Amino acid sequence: MNAPTDPGLMPATDRGGPAQPLLVVRNLKKHFPVRGDFFSREKKFVHAVDGISFSVAKGKTLGIVGESGCGKSTTARLIARLMEPDAGSLIFDGEGVAEFGGLALKEFRSKLQMVFQDSFASLNPRLTICETIAYGPQAHGMPVAQATARARALLARVGLEPAQFSSRYPHELSGGQRQRVNIARALAFEPRLVILDEAVAALDKSVQAQVLNLLQELKAERQLTYLFISHDLHVVHYISDDVMVMYLGQVVEMGPVEQIYGAAAHPYTRALLSAVPSMDPAHRTERSPLSGDPPNPINPPSGCRFRDRCEHAQAVCASSIPALVPAVMPMRAAVAASTPNAPAATGLHVVACHMNDPRSGHTEAMTVESAA
Amino acid sequence: MAIVIPDSSLHAPATPPPAGTVARLPASRSYWMVVLRQLRHEPVAMISAAVLLLIIAAAVFAPWLAPADPFKASMLRRLLPVGSPGHLLGTDELGRDMLTRLMYGGRLSLLMGVVPVLAAFGIGTSIGLLAGYVGGRVNMVIMRMLDVFYAFPSVLLAVAIAGALGPGMSNSLIALTLVFVPQLVRVSESVTTQVRKLDYIEAARMSGAGALSIIRVHVLGNVLGPVFVYATGLLSVSMILGSGLSFLGLGVKPPEPEWGLMLNTLRSAIYREPLIAALPGAMIFMTSIAFNLLADGVRSAMDIKR
Repeated sequence: MNAPTDPGLMPATDRGGPAQPLLVVRNLKKHFPVRGDFFSREKKFVHAVDGISFSVAKGKTLGIVGESGCGKSTTARLIARLMEPDAGSLIFDGEGVAEFGGLALKEFRSKLQMVFQDSFASLNPRLTICETIAYGPQAHGMPVAQATARARALLARVGLEPAQFSSRYPHELSGGQRQRVNIARALAFEPRLVILDEAVAALDKSVQAQVLNLLQELKAERQLTYLFISHDLHVVHYISDDVMVMYLGQVVEMGPVEQIYGAAAHPYTRALLSAVPSMDPAHRTERSPLSGDPPNPINPPSGCRFRDRCEHAQAVCASSIPALVPAVMPMRAAVAASTPNAPAATGLHVVACHMNDPRSGHTEAMTVESAA
Repeated sequence: MAIVIPDSSLHAPATPPPAGTVARLPASRSYWMVVLRQLRHEPVAMISAAVLLLIIAAAVFAPWLAPADPFKASMLRRLLPVGSPGHLLGTDELGRDMLTRLMYGGRLSLLMGVVPVLAAFGIGTSIGLLAGYVGGRVNMVIMRMLDVFYAFPSVLLAVAIAGALGPGMSNSLIALTLVFVPQLVRVSESVTTQVRKLDYIEAARMSGAGALSIIRVHVLGNVLGPVFVYATGLLSVSMILGSGLSFLGLGVKPPEPEWGLMLNTLRSAIYREPLIAALPGAMIFMTSIAFNLLADGVRSAMDIKR
């Protein structure tokens, strides 16, 4: 980290400078049409991702957590443009993606890579792992020899001896080894942002730890920025700098990892955290913190989407949608009122709950504030 | 630490990779070598292959191997039984040597089996890949159009098309091809649709590769296998259908030897020399079952790698 002339140190493509977030997502939306009855004229939509905004700072890891079906993976695919969003914009290092005068889609894709959950399905069974890793650079016009050399170097970097592994097929590797290959493939482009979509969820605990350590090393070594999607709160706690909690296609809470884990402000986040099994048998979780399934995303509840599972729900929760505002809990009481509807910036703990907003009319909001 | 990838010699000091010797795209050749090696351990498939080779060799080398002229008739030696001196498998209703005619007949019958399937394999796989990869409306239009063909039983369809085109060898080949195209499209479309949803296709799209490159490297290699197995199963069907067309007078014309046609012309002799009358049928049966068993063997040999 000392030679400023080294073109690799600060990527030549780094245009925005260190303060510019690597990725800014604004109001991202994806509604999937569902086929209604033959006779009904009305078109229905699954609100998979419903207007989420966030940003990821350079060199940081943003963890995205939430129950199954809350839109985590859809968010990842929308950002990677494997799906076209219905609305919303991406700003990558200060440049708009796929918009006039901005970053071309192809250029954007080469700076962003993705590691998928299913390590087997994400490798072509007919290609050796060396060919799989070399495919991307070759598709971009790199000569075969050079792409192969790069693939072998990457294999060595992720801990797979190239002489031993490069001509093997995916079915000859273990799950952990396959996921290392997937990571190597993602790095073949020298990306700046890597989306890890449940990348370690299918691995057993010891292998998971090895892969997580590898990811941490690679991040430091190559100044990567991670978008880490998981339902495993332990893993997210370990790897993330910031955490975003999603519920039914929306962001309910977002902030630095210690703030979220130590001082969660949203009842949903608190429920999620209390569902994590305790390491101490004396602190066994006796009662299920959340009951039932998330409501149908075709007809999300009015107002706060969490209200029908929330024990604090009141009339105001059904009538108005809580905005994402800086958290007042547990001690920053007065801040919220001064900056309503503040844009979601990293480092700021924001939450979408009426109990967090003293002006919402929620009775418990006042008690919380007075307690603080 | 730079983003430049470190030299691999740091990690593998013993064997720095000789540049450019490892990657070959696509890798399908080595895959088929593995399948071939597996196939050698399947006795049924190997016997079937041997029988097929024998039949094919007999047909190809008929002009040199056959004991007589396939068109030389004799009123005196009509319907000699199997094992007659000079005529190992007897003679047909016009006194022509059966062994000779069976060998020559294999040429047209095998042609009827292989050519339509090959043609349909090429056409069907391409259409199926297009429909499966593009998906959506294109898929719907293509598949619904082919469903119209699919609705007819294949025999009826072959007869109808051959009848409409008029009798003749090339017309019956076209008719058979048209019968098999929808079936192969359906198989390749469904496999392509499955493959397209897999993560490695998404990963390839993430790498910014073009659709053609993705289809060639990632889709085709995984689609060809199942479609190929299905097509080998069609070889016997095609031969039987072709023989059927000839039997009905829509394919090969007499006096040209062809198994289906021979079955037809020997029909009248079934009470006098049932063994002779059954011989062309036995050949059709043997060849088609050998094709089927070989196809089964290939299928299970290919399963190993899954």
